[in-house]
Amino acid sequence: MRPERPPLLFAFLAAIGVAFVVLPLVGLLSRAPWETALSDLGTPEAATALRLSFVVSLAATALALVLGVPLAWVYARVQFRGRDVVRALTTLPMILPPVVGGVALLFAFGRRGLFGPALDAIGIHLPFTTAGAVLAATFVAMPFLVLTVEAGLRSMDRRYEDAARTLGAGRWLVFRRVTLPLIAPSVFAGAVLCWARALGEFGATITFAGNLPGTTQTLPLAVYIALETRPEVAIALSLVLLGLALAILVVMRDRYLRAF
Amino acid sequence: MLKAQVAVRLGNFDLDVAVEAAADEIVAVLGPNGAGKSTFLRALSGLVALDRGRIDLDDVVLEDASRGIRVPPERRPMGVVFQDYLLFPHLSAIENVAFGLRARGVTAREARDRAGSWLDRLGVGGHAEAKPRALSGGQAQRVALARALAIDPRVLLLDEPLAALDASARGTVRRDLRRHLASFAGVRIIVTHDPLEAVALADRLVILESGRIVQAGSPAEVTQRPRSRYVADLVGVNLFRGIATTGHLALPGGAVIHSADPVDGEIFATIHPRAVALHRSRPEGSPRNVWHGRASALDFQGDRVRVGVEGEMRIVAEVTPSAVSDLGLAEGGEVWVSVKATEISVYPA
Repeated sequence: MRPERPPLLFAFLAAIGVAFVVLPLVGLLSRAPWETALSDLGTPEAATALRLSFVVSLAATALALVLGVPLAWVYARVQFRGRDVVRALTTLPMILPPVVGGVALLFAFGRRGLFGPALDAIGIHLPFTTAGAVLAATFVAMPFLVLTVEAGLRSMDRRYEDAARTLGAGRWLVFRRVTLPLIAPSVFAGAVLCWARALGEFGATITFAGNLPGTTQTLPLAVYIALETRPEVAIALSLVLLGLALAILVVMRDRYLRAF
Repeated sequence: MLKAQVAVRLGNFDLDVAVEAAADEIVAVLGPNGAGKSTFLRALSGLVALDRGRIDLDDVVLEDASRGIRVPPERRPMGVVFQDYLLFPHLSAIENVAFGLRARGVTAREARDRAGSWLDRLGVGGHAEAKPRALSGGQAQRVALARALAIDPRVLLLDEPLAALDASARGTVRRDLRRHLASFAGVRIIVTHDPLEAVALADRLVILESGRIVQAGSPAEVTQRPRSRYVADLVGVNLFRGIATTGHLALPGGAVIHSADPVDGEIFATIHPRAVALHRSRPEGSPRNVWHGRASALDFQGDRVRVGVEGEMRIVAEVTPSAVSDLGLAEGGEVWVSVKATEISVYPA
């Protein structure tokens, strides 16, 4: 087959498109203080933000798994009135500006929010706590997991579940021993996407949980703050996030090739 | 004894059949794609709820739509071999077979031991640790059969057990399957679209068309008196089983069929009734297969007559009514039968 030659206009615009994405990365890398990067990451504020970010994003991913996998199962398997509306609502945080999500969380679970006093009464304080940061990250990141797992559930061959039933497995056992292993690639992919989104979360976190070093100041917040005072630390932290993003890209590349 | 009155409505399709199966027989439910065969099996195993009807196994009611009784699939004593076998792809062969035992609370160790001996019994003990994707079609079928039998069911249901195999493997697997079915003491129901498979494996045929039973009976009965054009086309063929030596097929009764196929070993031979010619006296000429007998049954079906012939050879011929009068055929009358060697289809048994 003769390779297709693009029209000149398309080639030109496509090249601009590539440059548009690549140039900022080049800019970041050109300013990278390679010799001091390690020591920059070792500074207390950078180290604290790194540690906190991992804790928050992993906790958010765990919470999203616990709530999101059953939610995806319900969406994929249960017919109920208003399912599409409910699904749309739980997908909303994916496209909602995160700041709006943060404001919404504040007015729901904040000290003066709708449910704040009730939570206060039972000793749960979310705003400006690490738990609040986890909540904010879960809020924006969970839809990625739910949608991915739901797609996995819909595309799996349900006859395997039938086979398991006839062998004597009740519904819970079928889910644990057959469904979950069969959709494991989707759960993994969903968890990775969710974790990546949680790691990068900024708007909802700063609005709802604030920017307290060691408590709610995650990597993106630390980068933003450091840019004013210590740009080299901001660049070093940015490189960490860029590296993670690249790693995730490599991991996800295999996603559709992964099978039993 | 399994008694099933099954009425299920799925969208535009509705299935309404009554089937009884005793423990000492093998029943084949035969019909074209979309006739409702798989739905029937799914209803028996409890994967589809009955809209009407009931299912009784001996004295136990498994389902009764009018009384709202419904034993869930995991508590029915039924082993199912599914179409495509559906071995769990993430588990090894032995884990697949142990699955049902584990689900029933058998300890991991004992489940593994019992699963291993089932694999041995079915001749696939050497593949215990293999994942299903590494098994051939025939091996996968045996593992699936072991998995269904390991839970010690009282009913064995098989959905198109040979359809996933390529033609070369089918003969051997069918023979083994027959042996394993014979050694299972319980109700056995096979669902298939392949008449040869049904006749080869079953003692009784139930023929399903568009969700209804159109005929039921022994393979011989159905072959001799198919009650509709459809059944005649589907199963109305002469089927013989015997031993072949370079194209000479020796049948158990002593008769010999000459085939154009130089095959050897245990075989099935089919001859379409339209290929069977009838004569008043011994025919001259080329046909290799000539037998003498008596017309045992004349079954008029519009523009065709099916003539059953008994004698050295039991065979059914399909001729026109005018041929019947030309030959002066009557029940009990003498007749010569001829079949060209090229009209005989041979399959390994």
